[in-house]
Amino acid sequence: MSMIRKSMPSGHDTMGGNRFSLATNAERVCAEIMLKIKSSTMRNLIAAGLIACTTPACAASEADFKTAYAAAEAAEKEAGALRNQWTTTEAMLTAAKKAAEASQFDQAVASSKEAEALAKASIFQATSEKQRWKDLEIR
Amino acid sequence: MASTIRVRATSNGDITEVQALVQHPMDSGFVKDAKGEIIPPHFIQQLTFEYDGKAVFVADWGAAVSKDPYVKFSFKGGKKGDDLKIGWVDNKGATDTTTAKIQ
Amino acid sequence: MIMRVAISFVSAALALTALAAPPAIAADTPNPAADATAFQKFFTNKFPKLKPEDFVNGPYSMNEDLHRQWEEKEQFPPYEFALETGKEMFATPFKNGKTYGDCFPDKGIGIRQNYPYFDDKEGKVITLELALNRCREANGEPPFSYVKDEMASLTAYMAFTSRGKPFDIKIPDDPRALEAYQKGKEYFYTRRGQLNFSCATCHVQAPGERIRAEILAPALGILNAMPIYRSEWSGMGTISRRFTTCNSQIRGVPLSPQDEEYRDLEYYLSYVSNGLPISGPGARP
Repeated sequence: MSMIRKSMPSGHDTMGGNRFSLATNAERVCAEIMLKIKSSTMRNLIAAGLIACTTPACAASEADFKTAYAAAEAAEKEAGALRNQWTTTEAMLTAAKKAAEASQFDQAVASSKEAEALAKASIFQATSEKQRWKDLEIR
Repeated sequence: MASTIRVRATSNGDITEVQALVQHPMDSGFVKDAKGEIIPPHFIQQLTFEYDGKAVFVADWGAAVSKDPYVKFSFKGGKKGDDLKIGWVDNKGATDTTTAKIQ
Repeated sequence: MIMRVAISFVSAALALTALAAPPAIAADTPNPAADATAFQKFFTNKFPKLKPEDFVNGPYSMNEDLHRQWEEKEQFPPYEFALETGKEMFATPFKNGKTYGDCFPDKGIGIRQNYPYFDDKEGKVITLELALNRCREANGEPPFSYVKDEMASLTAYMAFTSRGKPFDIKIPDDPRALEAYQKGKEYFYTRRGQLNFSCATCHVQAPGERIRAEILAPALGILNAMPIYRSEWSGMGTISRRFTTCNSQIRGVPLSPQDEEYRDLEYYLSYVSNGLPISGPGARP
């Protein structure tokens, strides 16, 4: 059943705009772990899947960014074909590009991966709603 | 050019009720446009309603009043068929006036 | 990290279910008349104290205090300027001497309740806004933006000439028209945007309830008051404006005004409100 949210989340996201629906317990657990980690760079690195990497040797490169960004763009394009893109995906893509322009490739890769996840979620939404819309229909 | 002031005044013999809708951007000077530049302040500073040569309602406005302001008030007196004069001045020195008959 | 795994797992699961397709539901031939009856019944049952025509007033019929304030405001409505401008515009000829009236039946007066309609030559839904811009272009004039200003003024005037007339949307016996209707219905109930709302989430499941500080309007009759002067916008807005801004409010990237999905949506929403009077132009919070 669809959840009616009586109070919509405000425009300001306290987790810096990197959070989306924390519907599952797995996601909530992950979020709590993230909150405990104070360093934002560490958080982003973990989010990017580059776990426990603190040496300069594993810092992201421009090539890493290009790969990650291309994947995110491809997913967003697919969402576009399904006519279901999210504004937050677009914002995250812009943030990724901006970070890359400032040569902050760790951040850029993290944002790209986040954008890809958001785009994929919007694709899942569009695909599943093809059937699920009937649940809401007045008959 | 058409007046920026729409007004309706009705008298019940004792009290006259006045409604007015004034067309004006009422830019506060705090809002930015799409390019990120401040839209300069442009708002009515004074709105006056006169009956029988006397001011029956004067509004001193500022940035807090929104676009196309609506005013409603009542005053004692005012007879059907008499004139009610309305005028405003804004922060750029522009003005507009109109006269309406009390119904 | 876990979020990523969760998403890829779900995507994989979906791919698997796509391979093992569920038994096909018997093809639903759309039955618009039955839909409209059920739709109207849903809302009249939900709000038994309201007369059918009350639904065109949106949130004002959902809350007594709002209703009182709205009644007062209607004595001197904020859409008056747009309405007067629209009247002037409508009467002003194009550079080639023709007028808007020449593009429409009955010279464009008192016809708003017939829009949108399905054009069988083109095989698509034509809304009033689209028809107006086509009229302009056919007469050598540049089209207006669909969301506000001139388009809002023109549609305000045309709606005003139809005030009180009941919506009379026709769905011809044409599979393409039925398809457009069905697509519009699907759009209405489909959840979208990061906030995962469908139109129905607010306007079918929660009319009369609040979203932040606003009171939600019922879906029945929701287009009857368009275009509207919205206090939130400090100005007029058309149906196009409302569809696009609603999309972005639920964090969905809006489509372009008058895209097929929006026209089909307008077709559906107007049809299921058949019989309810046009009340536009309107004012809303």
